[in-house]
Amino acid sequence: MATVNARTFDTQSKAPGLIGLFVVLALAPLLAANAFHYDLMIKICLTAMVAVGLNLLVGYAGQVSLGHAAFYAGGAYASALLTQNYQLAPLPAMLLAAVGVGAMAWLVGRPILHLKGHYLSMATLGLGVIAAIVINNEDQITGGPDGLAVAPLSVFGHELSVFGSYEWFGVAITGTQLWYLIAAGGLFLAVWLALNLIDSPLGRALRALHGSEIAAQVAGVDTAKYKLRVFVISAVYASVAGSLYAHYSGFITPDAASFGHSIELITIVVLGGMASTYGVILGAAILMLIPQFLTGFQELEMVLFGAILMAVMIFMPRGLVPTIARRFQKEAA
Amino acid sequence: MSTLLSVKNLSKEFGGVHAVEDLSFEVEKGRIHSIIGPNGAGKTTLFNLITGLYQPSAGSVHLNGRSLADHKPHELAPLGMCRTFQNLQICMNMNALENVMLGRHRHLGQGTLASLLKLPALRRADRDCRQQCAELMAFVGCGQYLNHHASAMPYGALKRLEIARALASEPDILLLDEPAAGLNRTETDALREVIRKIADKGITVVLVEHDMKLVMSISDQVLVLCYGRQLADGSPDQIRANPDVIDAYLGSRKPEEEATA
Repeated sequence: MATVNARTFDTQSKAPGLIGLFVVLALAPLLAANAFHYDLMIKICLTAMVAVGLNLLVGYAGQVSLGHAAFYAGGAYASALLTQNYQLAPLPAMLLAAVGVGAMAWLVGRPILHLKGHYLSMATLGLGVIAAIVINNEDQITGGPDGLAVAPLSVFGHELSVFGSYEWFGVAITGTQLWYLIAAGGLFLAVWLALNLIDSPLGRALRALHGSEIAAQVAGVDTAKYKLRVFVISAVYASVAGSLYAHYSGFITPDAASFGHSIELITIVVLGGMASTYGVILGAAILMLIPQFLTGFQELEMVLFGAILMAVMIFMPRGLVPTIARRFQKEAA
Repeated sequence: MSTLLSVKNLSKEFGGVHAVEDLSFEVEKGRIHSIIGPNGAGKTTLFNLITGLYQPSAGSVHLNGRSLADHKPHELAPLGMCRTFQNLQICMNMNALENVMLGRHRHLGQGTLASLLKLPALRRADRDCRQQCAELMAFVGCGQYLNHHASAMPYGALKRLEIARALASEPDILLLDEPAAGLNRTETDALREVIRKIADKGITVVLVEHDMKLVMSISDQVLVLCYGRQLADGSPDQIRANPDVIDAYLGSRKPEEEATA
């Protein structure tokens, strides 16, 4: 038999994409004229982190979560409460929050994901609504609608506050700039991990769930187990981003857990492009920037998100980036 | 010769319709065992029963002396059984090689952390897997589509791709559901060679097929089904000469015709 050199047919290298992302993240501060711009960029990075995780579930495993805000808020509130009430350092608190949120996702997903069909959307919808109600009403613990103050992030005793100013190796940066580095670094790490996962045997099994569940089963993939695994992974992504956001903003409100926030996250994934990691980052940027142009018309925000979701589903069901990429490929061919 | 797959008194009802009824047969190790029968005879239902996609109403299936009752479909690949589908089950969101690599799922590490961090051991195993699967694609004769996206491949190549994916799981027994359906004469001849080469590797093949020329030229044993029941089981020559089989396929003569004949 002729030997085939399969290495030349290696799946597309991840390096160009990651380098591109690095360059964009590194150059973005050039566009930032003031602290408000930095604030926006930090929020985009943290939201994109959640979206990259959610995309693993929606875009690759073909399952929809309508309650990812609950996991985000879970991470945020757990970090806030663990550092405040139990005097835990922020990093262990963040880790513990992620484990707790992962366990919650596992508990919800385990019975549901054995069923065929879109029961996960229903269950997560319920979970999201419950989480919002609990956070709003348990005001002795969560502060209720008034929100909760959160201690700034500290690493090995070094406080990293937005309001501080720092100097390392002779370079002076503001707290906001430092937080941009943290958020951008977090996003970069999130993307790297997600791309690794997608390219692994585990990722192949996940994509197969979307492609042909029967084919996956016949190849020996325990479909329920893999759906559960990616659901937990995506919840942990949301939790870590939530924890970071809590420490960054120093103040969290039940809005983080709202149904509207869950819908926003799903809209980002659908708009940017399901199964396109870089697409959802663009989706996050677009969706976070839109409200900036709507000052004075804030009540239109949800209407606009709904309209975007519908327009994308009708005109480019693959999402922004995959559709454009395909058009370029066609023109090149 | 020892028995690899044994089916005993297997039945499947769909709301009063007996798709498979009281069926018993054995497949011996290393042979090509074909299952034929008119449309609706229950061939695909039988495959779905054997591979756990359906649960039987009665009866049992044993693989290597081990009962397959209550086994879920994904538990069969580790037991050494794999199959292809009459209506293709290809992951159209993946490229050709990845589809084949999916078949090696059970041989690869699946740890969540190892996957997220892409640990060297996992990366090495995946590279070897890539190489093996590329060779399998060449083996079944679709090596030229190595780098193609599955959705850009012609039908005949996808049929072979499914066989390559099934082989990738290193099965002891391979169930092929109408692999020649939709193929032209040349493609079918090529397929015959592929099936022969698979059997030469020592893999037992169970073949559901309508192409009689293919079945009769390649099979060691042929099982004929009709309305879910066994009509005959024997060598191709025995089946060719069996009057019941001829009746089922060509229709029986009416009594008056027999009188005048």
